Amino acid sequence: MTNHTVSPRPTFAGYLATRWRDWSVTASAVVLALVVGAVVMIVADAEVAANFAYLFTAPGLALGSAWAKVSTAYSALLLGAVGSPLALAQTTAAAAPLICAGLAVGLAFRAGLFNIGAQGQAIWGSILAAYVGFAVQLPPVIHLIVAVAAGVLGGAVWGGIVGWLKAKTGAHEVIVTIMMNYVANGLLAWLLSTALFMRPGRQDPISPEVHPTAAFPVILGQLHVGFFVALAAAGAVWWLLDRSTIGFAIRAVGANPNAASTSGMSAARTTIITMTIAGALAGLAGAQSALGASATGTPVPLTVGLVGTVGFDAITVALLGRSKPLGIVMAGLLFGGLSAGGLAMQSIAQTPLTLTMLLQALIVLFVAAPQLVSTLVPILKARTSRVAVAGGQA
Amino acid sequence: MSAQTTGLQLKAITKKFGSFVANDAVDLDVRPGEIHCLLGENGAGKSTLMNVLYGLYQPDGGEITIDGSRQHFANPKQAMAAGIGMVHQHFMLVDVFTVAENMILGREPGLVVDMKAARTRVQELSARYNLPVDPDATIEALPVGIQQRVEILKALANDAKFLIFDEPTAVLTPQEIDELMIVMQKLRDEGKGIVFITHKLREVRAIADRITVLRRGKIVGSAEPGASEAELAELMVGRAVDLSVDKAPARVGEVRLRVADLSVANPIGAVVVDSISFDVAGGEILCIAGVQGNGQSELADALLGNTPVVSGSINLDGADITHAKPRETILAGVGFVPEDRQHDGFIGSFTIAENLVLNRFDRPPFAKGLSLDLAAIHANAEQLRDEFDIRTPDVTNRGSSLSGGNAQKVVLARELSRELSLLIASQPTRGVYVGAIEFLHKRIVEERDKGTAVILVSTELEEVEALADRVLVMYRGKVVGIVASDTPRDVMGLMMAGIPYAEALAVSQADDASAGKDHS
Ligand SMILES: Nc1ncnc2c1ncn2[C@@H]1O[C@H](COP(=O)(O)OP(=O)(O)OP(=O)(O)O)[C@@H](O)[C@H]1O
Ligand SMILES: [Mg+2]
Repeated sequence: MTNHTVSPRPTFAGYLATRWRDWSVTASAVVLALVVGAVVMIVADAEVAANFAYLFTAPGLALGSAWAKVSTAYSALLLGAVGSPLALAQTTAAAAPLICAGLAVGLAFRAGLFNIGAQGQAIWGSILAAYVGFAVQLPPVIHLIVAVAAGVLGGAVWGGIVGWLKAKTGAHEVIVTIMMNYVANGLLAWLLSTALFMRPGRQDPISPEVHPTAAFPVILGQLHVGFFVALAAAGAVWWLLDRSTIGFAIRAVGANPNAASTSGMSAARTTIITMTIAGALAGLAGAQSALGASATGTPVPLTVGLVGTVGFDAITVALLGRSKPLGIVMAGLLFGGLSAGGLAMQSIAQTPLTLTMLLQALIVLFVAAPQLVSTLVPILKARTSRVAVAGGQA
Repeated sequence: MSAQTTGLQLKAITKKFGSFVANDAVDLDVRPGEIHCLLGENGAGKSTLMNVLYGLYQPDGGEITIDGSRQHFANPKQAMAAGIGMVHQHFMLVDVFTVAENMILGREPGLVVDMKAARTRVQELSARYNLPVDPDATIEALPVGIQQRVEILKALANDAKFLIFDEPTAVLTPQEIDELMIVMQKLRDEGKGIVFITHKLREVRAIADRITVLRRGKIVGSAEPGASEAELAELMVGRAVDLSVDKAPARVGEVRLRVADLSVANPIGAVVVDSISFDVAGGEILCIAGVQGNGQSELADALLGNTPVVSGSINLDGADITHAKPRETILAGVGFVPEDRQHDGFIGSFTIAENLVLNRFDRPPFAKGLSLDLAAIHANAEQLRDEFDIRTPDVTNRGSSLSGGNAQKVVLARELSRELSLLIASQPTRGVYVGAIEFLHKRIVEERDKGTAVILVSTELEEVEALADRVLVMYRGKVVGIVASDTPRDVMGLMMAGIPYAEALAVSQADDASAGKDHS
């Protein structure tokens, strides 16, 4: 019918038009979370809260102290996250594993799989990367590559098992991954009590330090090469999803498994492939934790809590990033910044670290409830009603 | 048009999607006590107009009035409150809820749900309109025809004065269609105003009080209810349409598909295809006729490899494909048009271009190694869009933005643009308007003439008569008989009820004889 030609790739303007709402909801969610966080800070601080008794007699006192409290805290947050090159470097270091694990969860989401197991996969990644890092002697660059590869492999196997179980037996991935997390955690604790992993001369569960040859080279402060590896991983996942035949099948199986199977795609095969790649990405997150520079400039040796809760934070990162690689990078940086800034907030403004966790939770909550955000932020409303109606029926 | 104060009026409704105008200043009025048929080619804007009326889309211009007072519907709830009910082509029911639960859905008055009242209301309404349903049945356990009844009851429960039926008959069996017609007439006689969208001109002629035709988003005219099918078709398409397929006699080649003693069970374990044997040669069209639910869909699925075979064998061009997976059968040249395109043939969130390569995206020319060739995928889409007249402003739009008939064309375009050895098409022209049916039938015949073996599963007797070289009649999973395509309809009808050919012929001849005697 129409004779006009259209460019094979969506235009940038078209992209903006369709994605405008996603980005604005996310930005509004961050602002709203900060507002709620401020209220919590005011209420939680006995001194400031007490001043509110005089709100009508001496409004300056109440509002002034509240403003002082909130502004000190948030400027500390900002300072700690992006205030200096060193702060930025710290943000990237915190973001790198979050991005990798976020990709692991996001990729699985696209195939219709809920990968709660990034935690266990990351633990395996950290175990194998650290082991190669401290137990093996290799020349500089090669040592790092082998250690990272070992971590990636560990995660891939741990994730692949889940995919295989689901494909062959129909076991639900949520249940299986939760159990596999416990198993990974238990195995790590046990390994740390064996001669293989225990640091000579120590009784507590801590491994030897990894050799400097296996650590990610440091660029500035905590900014290390691993961050760029994470960005490259995001690029690779983008290519995989949007430009490769594997990604086509992943998206098809995730969107309509019946049509995918009628078209000759194998849901079982796709599930195994997806979970293996997702596991590999989470394993990379573990390798980041094991081989990336800490505040002291060298990697933290393997302990039970080394990867922290990266696998669970990854779920929120993937949600916030809407399972798209670029979104996940941005979300990872945001949460990395919150974590770096949270430390500064604690030391400068004596705000408890739990506040940053509250902020993270609130952001995700607001993002997950776009309707709520667009009610609270009126300018979003007009746009929302126009896009809310997903393509009508025949 | 004089200023009318009763009834529903749409004035100069305009609806755009981006720069594409789906409705261009459309005027339409619906009077109480009439059935107003809305006709138009695929993508003409019928569903869009109705979605505007029902509050699902906001118009970019124009106004809606009821009995002279201006209305604004921000959502379906407001439209319902104003007395508008809609029966969607794809039902908006909650599958795991019962009929009664679905009836009160969205209208729960308080915290406590009064199930007893809901159940009574269902019984009351279904008795009044003669639409029997069991209020305690779960939706997913009900056949499509009954699910549609629930949709109708739901609209009626809201005391709708105006009812919109968007292609209600596309998924129904001929008998269910007759029943629906009676219900619609009854509703009209009670004074309801009805908008009826369909592509089957026979139904229009049977039931319409007024007919309005839409083309490319604009009203192009109206027709008298007495107009012939040819006249209606011409008004819709803008040119004379040849409703019969002129096809040369089949030049039957070697047998390509050989099915022997095939049995297939459904997921619960019941045998739904019961030791069936038949052959299809290259260059012929074998129609599988039968009342819906007699094993036709399962047979088609088994041939593709999507349903496991219990016993028996399937041979294609000498190779055993009994246990082959869809991937292998597709590679062996099996083309498949599923019965339910939304469910099995189409991915709404994928672009139209991606949907057009759904079963060959991983092979040249659309992939180089692991890498998709986006330019080739795009070029293919543009070419098929022009060839099959798929109405869309842009092939990079999501599949879900296509109108129903155009989505069906996408599925057919995808299958008919490959090298095939066997084409299995179930209800291939479901939801497609007459102008395109003509073209699609021609393409299917062309495919046959290339030497492809064609299996057509259809409940439309017209389609069977137009296309079939031979007809296999199925009843309860068994073959009743394989007969010539010019077998009289009443004989075919009896066979569909399980009566073998010879007996059916005798019964039918006896009937004719007695009918002849009555006349004399
Ligand atoms: N959400 C949407 N975004 C973009 N275009 C759309 C959207 N919905 C419909 N369209 C376009 O508007 C046109 C009209 O579609 P509509 O569904 O109203 O057609 P229709 O007359 O109901 O056709 P059919 O008989 O095939 O169901 C089509 O060309 C379709 O591509
Ligand atoms: Mg339609």
